[in-house]
Amino acid sequence: MGKKRLIAETGAGQHGVATATGAALCGLECEIYMGSDDIARQSLNVFRMKLLGAEVAEVSIGSRTLKDAINEAMRDWTTNVATTHYVLGTVFGPHPFPLIVRDFQSVIGKEARKQILEAEGRLPDYLIACIGGGSNAMGLFHNFIADEGVSMIGVEAGGRGILPGEHAARFAGGSIGILQGTKSFLLQDDDGNILGTHSVSAGLDYAAVGPEHAFLRDAGRVEYTYATDEEALSAFELLSKTEGIIPALESSHALAEAVKVARRLSKDKMIIVNLSGRGDKDVQHVAKIKGIEL
Amino acid sequence: MSRIEKKFKEVLKRKGKAFIPYVMAGDPSLERTRQLVAILEECGADIIELGVPFSDPLADGPTIQGAAQRALSEGVTLGKVLDLIGSLRQSTQIPIVLMTYYNLIFRYGEEKFVRDASLAGADGIIVPDLPPDEAGSLLSFSKKTGFDLIFLVAPTSTDERMKKVAGASKGFIYYVSITGITGSKLSVDPSIGSHITKIQKISGKPVAVGFGISTPQEASEIARLADGVIVGSAIVKRVSDSDEKLKDYLIALRKAIR
Repeated sequence: MGKKRLIAETGAGQHGVATATGAALCGLECEIYMGSDDIARQSLNVFRMKLLGAEVAEVSIGSRTLKDAINEAMRDWTTNVATTHYVLGTVFGPHPFPLIVRDFQSVIGKEARKQILEAEGRLPDYLIACIGGGSNAMGLFHNFIADEGVSMIGVEAGGRGILPGEHAARFAGGSIGILQGTKSFLLQDDDGNILGTHSVSAGLDYAAVGPEHAFLRDAGRVEYTYATDEEALSAFELLSKTEGIIPALESSHALAEAVKVARRLSKDKMIIVNLSGRGDKDVQHVAKIKGIEL
Repeated sequence: MSRIEKKFKEVLKRKGKAFIPYVMAGDPSLERTRQLVAILEECGADIIELGVPFSDPLADGPTIQGAAQRALSEGVTLGKVLDLIGSLRQSTQIPIVLMTYYNLIFRYGEEKFVRDASLAGADGIIVPDLPPDEAGSLLSFSKKTGFDLIFLVAPTSTDERMKKVAGASKGFIYYVSITGITGSKLSVDPSIGSHITKIQKISGKPVAVGFGISTPQEASEIARLADGVIVGSAIVKRVSDSDEKLKDYLIALRKAIR
């Protein structure tokens, strides 16, 4: 492609770290756009990106989170398109970004399918994944879409409850609109201006959702629900204590739903929960929420 | 023939170039916008481009983003901007082109928007995040009403793309001077002149150039190559200056665009 510079946006910092790693490996310049609120709550990943040689550009306008980080990355890209490749981090943005990201992320579903067949000899009854823009969920779901026996649930951020500005549950509290080159479900006011969002997890704190998720919802193939901050925080602690795995706060939303679903299933049913990120990055933030000084 | 087409015909007939200033409606208030329209016309504007504030203006730099934020915090909506145009039409017949993002129109309803905007006396609209490929229904409503839908050609547009955009655009074609966002530093690519000539030849329509044009000298350089010059961010920065100072600047721009 002849490009010598990579840019990306990041919410939780995972995609920023991944892009910075690739750039370091290939000897490319790298700049990551990140909202100032997210820089504050995901400082470990910010340090990682810098360690990997990337520049972290603080976005302190608008929502100061993922949405405005994407806006700024797009503005950079339109300006520096001759030298720069934009590595968009979710299944959103103008075509063909949603397809590119889905196809790369689909490794998750391919591996999950292979591994569960090896381990259990059959496909799972449920797939559960959290949804910000929706890339980890799309990556898991994509290779199971044709398997009618596999139910799928996408879990959005319910934040402090479904009131304007207090959550990021686009299906529960949004409507159809156009943002960042994509038509999908958005959190917007009556005039079409984009609303503020809230979630305890930076990666889910976003006003729009990938268009293919909107399609899967309308087609009735995937069910979408949400978990609140409080539910996600208890799932975060539950998995840490019971399994010895500290999950990302994003993935904790999926775990919260898994706990609810498991209660109404018999013991022979099988659920795959996508642990899309590790929780090391969230430990400081969770301690702060709990009022613990480290 | 639309009011915009008539204006270009008239300007080009006298071998002039069109001066198209931009202000954001409602920055810092709708009352100020009303005054600004009068000032712009008095200082020789041919067409006025009126921004409608949107929360996520992807094609705009910090200056116009800030203007949109101020207007939104004033409670300015698309409906209120159309009301303002309706009342401006009692005192001026200058062509007015709206510039905003697609979601506002989508939410308002495309058919209702074209009808209400035309009734209010708006002459056309520029929607930077709506390529002609996705504009089918808005194009057909606009055509029926004689409302000009103006599309943008970028320096990165291929010949094929240029043909498509130029064919769909009505009133004039908006050539983006640089790769980038509004209010950026202007660095004129040597190929700009040949691009503009090519678009004029393909389409037979006037081409106006915008993005990054700030000083009278830059305006004069661009005016030599195009049919019209659009100045946005540099004016938005000055809307709260004294009227006298603002007028001096606008008159200098007007003189440079010939």
